[in-house]
Amino acid sequence: MDKVKIGTCWLDGCSGCHMSLLDIDEGIVAVLQKADIVFGPLVDADEWPEGVDVAVIEGAVSSQDDLKLARTARERSKVVVALGDCAVTGNVPAMRNGIPTRKLLERVYVEGATAQPGIPTDGVPALLKQAEPLHAAVKVDVHVPGCPPKPNAILFVLGELLEGRTPDLDSKLRFG
Amino acid sequence: MTEKVKVRIDGEVIAATAGQTILEVARANDKYIPALCYMEGLSAVGACRLCMVEVAGVARLLPACTTPVQEGLSVNTTSPQLHSYRKIALELLLVERNHTCAVCVSSGHCELQSLAQEHGVTHVRYPYNYPKLGVDTTHPRYVLDHNRCILCSRCVRTCAEIEGAHVWDVAGRGIQSRLVSELQRPWGEATSCTSCGKCVQACPTGAMAEKGWGVEEMTKRRTVVSRLSSMREGM
Repeated sequence: MDKVKIGTCWLDGCSGCHMSLLDIDEGIVAVLQKADIVFGPLVDADEWPEGVDVAVIEGAVSSQDDLKLARTARERSKVVVALGDCAVTGNVPAMRNGIPTRKLLERVYVEGATAQPGIPTDGVPALLKQAEPLHAAVKVDVHVPGCPPKPNAILFVLGELLEGRTPDLDSKLRFG
Repeated sequence: MTEKVKVRIDGEVIAATAGQTILEVARANDKYIPALCYMEGLSAVGACRLCMVEVAGVARLLPACTTPVQEGLSVNTTSPQLHSYRKIALELLLVERNHTCAVCVSSGHCELQSLAQEHGVTHVRYPYNYPKLGVDTTHPRYVLDHNRCILCSRCVRTCAEIEGAHVWDVAGRGIQSRLVSELQRPWGEATSCTSCGKCVQACPTGAMAEKGWGVEEMTKRRTVVSRLSSMREGM
Protein backbone atom coordinates (compact mmCIF):
# COMPACT_ATOMS: atom_id res chain seq x y z
CA MET A 1 0.00 0.00 0.00
CA ASP A 2 1.22 3.47 -0.83
CA LYS A 3 2.16 5.70 2.04
CA VAL A 4 -0.19 8.50 3.04
CA LYS A 5 1.11 11.90 1.92
CA ILE A 6 1.12 14.64 4.57
CA GLY A 7 1.83 18.28 3.80
CA THR A 8 2.28 20.87 6.52
CA CYS A 9 2.66 24.63 6.45
CA TRP A 10 2.62 27.55 8.78
CA LEU A 11 0.91 30.78 7.85
CA ASP A 12 0.65 33.62 10.39
CA GLY A 13 1.73 31.66 13.45
CA CYS A 14 4.72 31.31 15.75
CA SER A 15 5.75 27.76 14.70
CA GLY A 16 4.67 26.55 18.15
CA CYS A 17 2.19 24.10 16.62
CA HIS A 18 4.97 22.59 14.52
CA MET A 19 7.09 22.37 17.69
CA SER A 20 4.20 20.52 19.31
CA LEU A 21 4.05 18.23 16.27
CA LEU A 22 7.73 17.42 16.80
CA ASP A 23 6.96 16.92 20.48
CA ILE A 24 5.09 13.70 19.72
CA ASP A 25 8.56 12.21 20.27
CA GLU A 26 8.82 8.56 19.18
CA GLY A 27 5.23 8.85 17.91
CA ILE A 28 6.76 10.41 14.80
CA VAL A 29 8.27 7.00 13.96
CA ALA A 30 4.84 5.36 13.96
CA VAL A 31 3.48 8.21 11.84
CA LEU A 32 6.32 7.99 9.31
CA GLN A 33 5.88 4.24 8.94
CA LYS A 34 2.50 4.96 7.40
CA ALA A 35 3.06 8.41 5.94
CA ASP A 36 5.54 10.65 4.18
CA ILE A 37 5.79 14.35 4.90
CA VAL A 38 5.99 15.76 1.38
CA PHE A 39 5.86 19.50 2.05
CA GLY A 40 6.41 21.90 4.94
CA PRO A 41 8.97 23.67 7.09
CA LEU A 42 10.29 20.28 8.23
CA VAL A 43 11.18 19.06 4.73
CA ASP A 44 12.81 20.44 1.60
CA ALA A 45 10.22 21.06 -1.12
CA ASP A 46 9.56 24.18 -3.15
CA GLU A 47 5.94 23.75 -4.02
CA TRP A 48 2.88 22.15 -2.45
CA PRO A 49 2.61 18.91 -4.50
CA GLU A 50 -0.48 17.42 -6.11
CA GLY A 51 -2.22 14.46 -4.52
CA VAL A 52 -1.60 15.18 -0.85
CA ASP A 53 -3.84 13.21 1.50
CA VAL A 54 -3.62 15.30 4.67
CA ALA A 55 -2.81 19.01 4.86
CA VAL A 56 -1.89 20.21 8.35
CA ILE A 57 -2.02 24.00 8.49
CA GLU A 58 -0.82 26.18 11.33
CA GLY A 59 -1.45 29.92 11.61
CA ALA A 60 -4.04 32.50 10.64
CA VAL A 61 -4.58 33.71 7.08
CA SER A 62 -2.98 37.13 7.31
CA SER A 63 -1.24 38.01 4.04
CA GLN A 64 -1.64 37.50 0.27
CA ASP A 65 0.93 34.68 0.46
CA ASP A 66 -0.97 32.98 3.30
CA LEU A 67 -4.15 33.07 1.26
CA LYS A 68 -2.44 31.71 -1.85
CA LEU A 69 -0.77 28.85 0.02
CA ALA A 70 -3.98 27.98 1.90
CA ARG A 71 -5.90 27.82 -1.38
CA THR A 72 -3.21 25.71 -3.10
CA ALA A 73 -3.08 23.32 -0.13
CA ARG A 74 -6.86 23.02 -0.16
CA GLU A 75 -7.02 22.35 -3.91
CA ARG A 76 -4.31 19.72 -3.80
CA SER A 77 -5.25 17.89 -0.58
CA LYS A 78 -8.05 15.54 0.40
CA VAL A 79 -8.31 16.49 4.08
CA VAL A 80 -7.41 19.87 5.57
CA VAL A 81 -6.60 20.12 9.28
CA ALA A 82 -6.55 23.54 11.00
CA LEU A 83 -3.86 23.06 13.62
CA GLY A 84 -3.92 25.33 16.66
CA ASP A 85 -5.78 28.44 17.79
CA CYS A 86 -4.37 30.80 15.10
CA ALA A 87 -5.70 28.58 12.31
CA VAL A 88 -8.92 27.82 14.22
CA THR A 89 -9.83 31.24 15.67
CA GLY A 90 -7.35 33.83 14.34
CA ASN A 91 -5.95 34.05 17.89
CA VAL A 92 -3.03 36.44 18.49
CA PRO A 93 -2.51 37.46 14.81
CA ALA A 94 -6.18 38.60 14.78
CA MET A 95 -5.55 41.02 17.65
CA ARG A 96 -4.51 43.54 15.00
CA ASN A 97 -7.89 43.35 13.30
CA GLY A 98 -9.35 46.40 15.04
CA ILE A 99 -6.55 48.56 13.58
CA PRO A 100 -6.41 49.62 9.89
CA THR A 101 -3.46 47.89 8.15
CA ARG A 102 -1.78 51.12 7.07
CA LYS A 103 -1.89 52.56 10.59
CA LEU A 104 -0.56 49.31 12.03
CA LEU A 105 2.43 49.19 9.66
CA GLU A 106 3.23 52.87 10.26
CA ARG A 107 3.11 52.40 14.01
CA VAL A 108 5.55 49.49 13.84
CA TYR A 109 7.88 50.36 10.98
CA VAL A 110 7.87 54.17 11.08
CA GLU A 111 6.97 55.45 14.56
CA GLY A 112 8.43 52.39 16.25
CA ALA A 113 11.62 52.22 14.19
CA THR A 114 14.94 53.29 15.68
CA ALA A 115 16.74 52.99 12.33
CA GLN A 116 15.68 53.12 8.67
CA PRO A 117 12.02 53.98 9.20
CA GLY A 118 9.73 52.95 6.34
CA ILE A 119 7.15 50.31 5.56
CA PRO A 120 8.91 47.33 3.92
CA THR A 121 7.58 46.35 0.48
CA ASP A 122 10.39 44.29 -1.11
CA GLY A 123 10.15 40.54 -0.64
CA VAL A 124 7.29 40.69 1.83
CA PRO A 125 3.69 39.90 0.93
CA ALA A 126 0.96 42.50 1.36
CA LEU A 127 -1.08 42.13 4.53
CA LEU A 128 -4.76 41.34 4.21
CA LYS A 129 -7.17 43.74 5.86
CA GLN A 130 -7.70 41.28 8.68
CA ALA A 131 -6.08 38.08 9.92
CA GLU A 132 -8.78 35.42 9.65
CA PRO A 133 -9.15 31.84 10.80
CA LEU A 134 -8.37 29.26 8.11
CA HIS A 135 -12.01 28.26 7.65
CA ALA A 136 -12.84 31.85 6.64
CA ALA A 137 -10.59 31.31 3.57
CA VAL A 138 -10.96 27.63 2.64
CA LYS A 139 -13.05 24.63 3.67
CA VAL A 140 -11.57 22.96 6.74
CA ASP A 141 -12.33 19.34 7.63
CA VAL A 142 -10.81 18.99 11.09
CA HIS A 143 -10.30 21.73 13.70
CA VAL A 144 -7.70 21.15 16.38
CA PRO A 145 -7.78 24.02 18.91
CA GLY A 146 -5.05 24.73 21.46
CA CYS A 147 -2.13 27.12 21.78
CA PRO A 148 -0.41 24.93 20.92
CA PRO A 149 -2.47 21.73 20.73
CA LYS A 150 -0.98 19.11 23.06
CA PRO A 151 1.34 16.61 21.33
CA ASN A 152 -0.92 13.69 22.26
CA ALA A 153 -3.87 15.49 20.63
CA ILE A 154 -1.86 15.90 17.41
CA LEU A 155 -0.79 12.25 17.54
CA PHE A 156 -4.42 11.20 18.06
CA VAL A 157 -5.58 13.31 15.10
CA LEU A 158 -2.85 12.00 12.78
CA GLY A 159 -3.41 8.41 13.98
CA GLU A 160 -7.13 8.58 13.20
CA LEU A 161 -6.56 10.21 9.80
CA LEU A 162 -3.91 7.62 8.86
CA GLU A 163 -6.44 4.89 9.66
CA GLY A 164 -8.92 6.61 7.37
CA ARG A 165 -11.18 7.78 10.19
CA THR A 166 -12.33 11.31 11.00
CA PRO A 167 -11.02 12.17 14.48
CA ASP A 168 -13.78 12.83 17.01
CA LEU A 169 -12.49 15.76 19.07
CA ASP A 170 -15.81 16.55 20.72
CA SER A 171 -15.09 18.06 24.17
CA LYS A 172 -11.50 16.75 24.13
CA LEU A 173 -9.77 20.08 23.42
CA ARG A 174 -10.15 23.68 24.49
CA PHE A 175 -9.08 27.03 23.11
CA GLY A 176 -5.91 28.51 24.59
CA MET B 1 -46.35 28.48 54.97
CA THR B 2 -44.30 27.42 51.94
CA GLU B 3 -46.23 25.39 49.43
CA LYS B 4 -44.67 22.14 48.31
CA VAL B 5 -44.97 21.13 44.68
CA LYS B 6 -43.98 18.09 42.68
CA VAL B 7 -42.12 18.58 39.41
CA ARG B 8 -40.53 16.27 36.90
CA ILE B 9 -36.97 16.97 35.76
CA ASP B 10 -35.70 14.66 33.01
CA GLY B 11 -38.37 12.18 34.02
CA GLU B 12 -37.52 12.11 37.71
CA VAL B 13 -40.19 13.29 40.17
CA ILE B 14 -38.74 15.88 42.54
CA ALA B 15 -40.27 17.70 45.51
CA ALA B 16 -39.73 21.46 45.36
CA THR B 17 -40.98 24.63 46.98
CA ALA B 18 -43.28 26.92 45.02
CA GLY B 19 -41.35 30.05 44.02
CA GLN B 20 -38.08 28.22 43.45
CA THR B 21 -36.81 28.42 39.89
CA ILE B 22 -36.25 25.41 37.64
CA LEU B 23 -32.49 26.02 37.88
CA GLU B 24 -32.53 26.13 41.69
CA VAL B 25 -34.51 22.91 41.93
CA ALA B 26 -32.30 21.20 39.35
CA ARG B 27 -29.05 22.19 41.06
CA ALA B 28 -30.37 21.22 44.50
CA ASN B 29 -31.00 17.75 43.07
CA ASP B 30 -27.67 17.32 41.28
CA LYS B 31 -29.17 17.87 37.85
CA TYR B 32 -26.83 19.86 35.66
CA ILE B 33 -28.02 22.79 33.57
CA PRO B 34 -25.26 25.01 32.13
CA ALA B 35 -25.40 28.75 32.90
CA LEU B 36 -23.08 31.74 32.73
CA CYS B 37 -25.00 34.77 34.01
CA TYR B 38 -26.57 32.90 36.94
CA MET B 39 -24.79 32.99 40.28
CA GLU B 40 -26.27 31.55 43.44
CA GLY B 41 -27.11 34.36 45.85
CA LEU B 42 -27.68 37.01 43.18
CA SER B 43 -30.93 37.93 41.43
CA ALA B 44 -31.43 36.03 38.16
CA VAL B 45 -31.61 37.94 34.88
CA GLY B 46 -31.79 35.27 32.15
CA ALA B 47 -29.18 37.04 30.00
CA CYS B 48 -26.86 34.32 28.73
CA ARG B 49 -29.54 31.92 27.37
CA LEU B 50 -27.46 28.85 28.20
CA CYS B 51 -29.93 27.49 30.77
CA MET B 52 -32.78 27.27 28.26
CA VAL B 53 -34.87 24.14 28.88
CA GLU B 54 -37.85 22.42 27.31
CA VAL B 55 -41.05 22.57 29.37
CA ALA B 56 -43.83 20.15 28.46
CA GLY B 57 -46.80 21.95 26.93
CA VAL B 58 -44.83 25.12 26.18
CA ALA B 59 -43.90 25.61 22.53
CA ARG B 60 -40.87 27.84 23.16
CA LEU B 61 -37.79 27.26 25.29
CA LEU B 62 -37.67 28.87 28.73
CA PRO B 63 -34.69 30.07 30.78
CA ALA B 64 -34.40 27.80 33.82
CA CYS B 65 -32.92 30.57 35.99
CA THR B 66 -35.97 32.85 35.81
CA THR B 67 -38.83 30.36 35.42
CA PRO B 68 -40.53 29.43 38.71
CA VAL B 69 -41.69 25.86 39.21
CA GLN B 70 -45.33 24.96 39.65
CA GLU B 71 -47.20 21.78 40.43
CA GLY B 72 -46.94 19.18 37.69
CA LEU B 73 -44.25 21.01 35.67
CA SER B 74 -42.24 18.66 33.48
CA VAL B 75 -38.81 19.81 32.28
CA ASN B 76 -36.24 18.44 29.83
CA THR B 77 -32.73 19.75 30.51
CA THR B 78 -30.92 17.96 27.69
CA SER B 79 -31.80 17.18 24.08
CA PRO B 80 -30.02 17.45 20.73
CA GLN B 81 -31.97 20.66 20.06
CA LEU B 82 -30.98 22.25 23.38
CA HIS B 83 -27.36 21.20 22.83
CA SER B 84 -27.29 22.83 19.41
CA TYR B 85 -28.88 26.07 20.71
CA ARG B 86 -26.47 26.23 23.64
CA LYS B 87 -23.59 25.71 21.23
CA ILE B 88 -24.85 28.58 19.07
CA ALA B 89 -25.18 30.83 22.15
CA LEU B 90 -21.56 30.06 23.12
CA GLU B 91 -20.28 30.66 19.60
CA LEU B 92 -22.09 34.00 19.41
CA LEU B 93 -20.51 35.02 22.74
CA LEU B 94 -17.11 34.09 21.31
CA VAL B 95 -17.50 36.13 18.10
CA GLU B 96 -18.90 39.24 19.78
CA ARG B 97 -15.61 40.36 21.37
CA ASN B 98 -11.94 39.38 21.30
CA HIS B 99 -11.70 36.28 23.51
CA THR B 100 -8.08 35.41 22.80
CA CYS B 101 -7.73 32.51 25.24
CA ALA B 102 -4.03 31.99 24.50
CA VAL B 103 -3.11 35.30 26.13
CA CYS B 104 -5.70 35.45 28.92
CA VAL B 105 -5.01 35.47 32.65
CA SER B 106 -8.07 33.29 33.17
CA SER B 107 -7.31 30.62 30.55
CA GLY B 108 -7.88 27.24 32.14
CA HIS B 109 -10.14 28.77 34.82
CA CYS B 110 -12.69 30.45 32.56
CA GLU B 111 -16.36 29.47 32.56
CA LEU B 112 -16.88 30.53 28.93
CA GLN B 113 -13.84 28.55 27.78
CA SER B 114 -14.80 25.40 29.70
CA LEU B 115 -18.45 25.55 28.60
CA ALA B 116 -17.29 25.89 24.98
CA GLN B 117 -15.14 22.80 25.43
CA GLU B 118 -17.93 20.92 27.18
CA HIS B 119 -20.27 21.66 24.28
CA GLY B 120 -17.76 20.53 21.66
CA VAL B 121 -17.04 23.97 20.22
CA THR B 122 -13.82 23.13 18.33
CA HIS B 123 -14.28 26.17 16.11
CA VAL B 124 -16.75 29.00 15.63
CA ARG B 125 -19.02 28.90 12.59
CA TYR B 126 -19.81 32.63 12.50
CA PRO B 127 -17.59 35.54 11.39
CA TYR B 128 -15.74 37.25 14.21
CA ASN B 129 -16.71 40.81 15.07
CA TYR B 130 -13.21 42.07 16.07
CA PRO B 131 -14.39 45.20 17.93
CA LYS B 132 -11.77 47.71 19.06
CA LEU B 133 -12.16 47.75 22.83
CA GLY B 134 -10.21 49.23 25.69
CA VAL B 135 -8.70 47.91 28.89
CA ASP B 136 -9.28 49.93 32.07
CA THR B 137 -6.15 49.70 34.21
CA THR B 138 -6.85 52.78 36.35
CA HIS B 139 -7.73 50.85 39.49
CA PRO B 140 -4.63 50.19 41.63
CA ARG B 141 -5.47 46.53 42.25
CA TYR B 142 -7.79 45.34 39.50
CA VAL B 143 -8.11 45.48 35.74
CA LEU B 144 -11.16 45.47 33.44
CA ASP B 145 -10.65 44.08 29.92
CA HIS B 146 -13.71 44.85 27.78
CA ASN B 147 -12.41 42.44 25.13
CA ARG B 148 -13.30 39.52 27.40
CA CYS B 149 -16.58 40.80 28.87
CA ILE B 150 -19.73 38.86 28.01
CA LEU B 151 -22.12 41.30 29.74
CA CYS B 152 -23.42 38.60 32.09
CA SER B 153 -23.78 41.38 34.70
CA ARG B 154 -22.65 39.19 37.60
CA CYS B 155 -20.30 42.03 38.65
CA VAL B 156 -23.13 44.58 38.41
CA ARG B 157 -25.41 42.50 40.63
CA THR B 158 -22.64 41.56 43.06
CA CYS B 159 -21.71 45.20 43.60
CA ALA B 160 -25.34 46.37 43.91
CA GLU B 161 -26.84 43.47 45.85
CA ILE B 162 -23.98 42.16 48.01
CA GLU B 163 -21.57 45.07 48.49
CA GLY B 164 -24.30 47.71 48.24
CA ALA B 165 -22.06 50.11 46.32
CA HIS B 166 -23.54 49.77 42.81
CA VAL B 167 -20.41 50.99 41.04
CA TRP B 168 -21.14 48.93 37.90
CA ASP B 169 -23.83 49.21 35.28
CA VAL B 170 -24.34 48.37 31.63
CA ALA B 171 -24.58 51.40 29.32
CA GLY B 172 -25.51 51.58 25.64
CA ARG B 173 -27.72 49.26 23.65
CA GLY B 174 -27.35 46.05 21.68
CA ILE B 175 -23.88 45.34 20.32
CA GLN B 176 -22.72 48.74 21.68
CA SER B 177 -23.52 47.79 25.30
CA ARG B 178 -20.57 48.29 27.64
CA LEU B 179 -19.90 47.75 31.29
CA VAL B 180 -19.35 51.14 32.95
CA SER B 181 -18.22 52.19 36.40
CA GLU B 182 -19.88 55.23 37.95
CA LEU B 183 -21.47 56.75 34.85
CA GLN B 184 -18.41 56.28 32.61
CA ARG B 185 -15.78 57.37 35.14
CA PRO B 186 -12.62 55.23 34.99
CA TRP B 187 -12.68 52.47 37.62
CA GLY B 188 -9.75 53.97 39.51
CA GLU B 189 -11.61 57.26 39.90
CA ALA B 190 -14.91 55.71 40.98
CA THR B 191 -15.41 57.16 44.45
CA SER B 192 -18.12 54.67 45.42
CA CYS B 193 -15.85 51.65 44.73
CA THR B 194 -14.75 50.09 48.03
CA SER B 195 -12.06 47.98 46.31
CA CYS B 196 -13.60 44.88 47.87
CA GLY B 197 -12.88 42.88 44.70
CA LYS B 198 -16.04 40.76 44.82
CA CYS B 199 -16.90 41.77 41.23
CA VAL B 200 -13.56 40.28 40.17
CA GLN B 201 -14.33 37.01 41.94
CA ALA B 202 -17.82 36.89 40.39
CA CYS B 203 -16.62 37.46 36.81
CA PRO B 204 -16.80 34.20 34.82
CA THR B 205 -14.10 35.16 32.29
CA GLY B 206 -10.87 37.13 32.25
CA ALA B 207 -12.74 40.45 31.85
CA MET B 208 -12.05 41.31 35.48
CA ALA B 209 -8.82 40.23 37.11
CA GLU B 210 -6.39 41.13 39.84
CA LYS B 211 -3.30 42.91 38.57
CA GLY B 212 0.01 41.09 38.51
CA TRP B 213 -1.02 37.72 37.10
CA GLY B 214 0.26 36.15 33.88
CA VAL B 215 -1.49 33.88 31.39
CA GLU B 216 -3.51 31.09 33.09
CA GLU B 217 -2.59 32.40 36.56
CA MET B 218 -5.78 34.14 37.68
CA THR B 219 -7.96 31.74 39.64
CA LYS B 220 -11.15 33.05 41.17
CA ARG B 221 -12.91 32.27 44.43
CA ARG B 222 -16.28 31.59 42.86
CA THR B 223 -18.07 30.73 46.09
CA VAL B 224 -17.40 34.05 47.86
CA VAL B 225 -20.52 35.80 46.61
CA SER B 226 -22.88 32.87 47.18
CA ARG B 227 -21.47 32.32 50.70
CA LEU B 228 -21.90 35.96 51.71
CA SER B 229 -25.43 35.91 50.37
CA SER B 230 -26.36 32.70 52.18
CA MET B 231 -25.08 34.08 55.49
CA ARG B 232 -27.51 36.96 55.19
CA GLU B 233 -30.53 34.78 54.56
CA GLY B 234 -33.06 34.85 57.37
CA MET B 235 -31.68 38.09 58.79
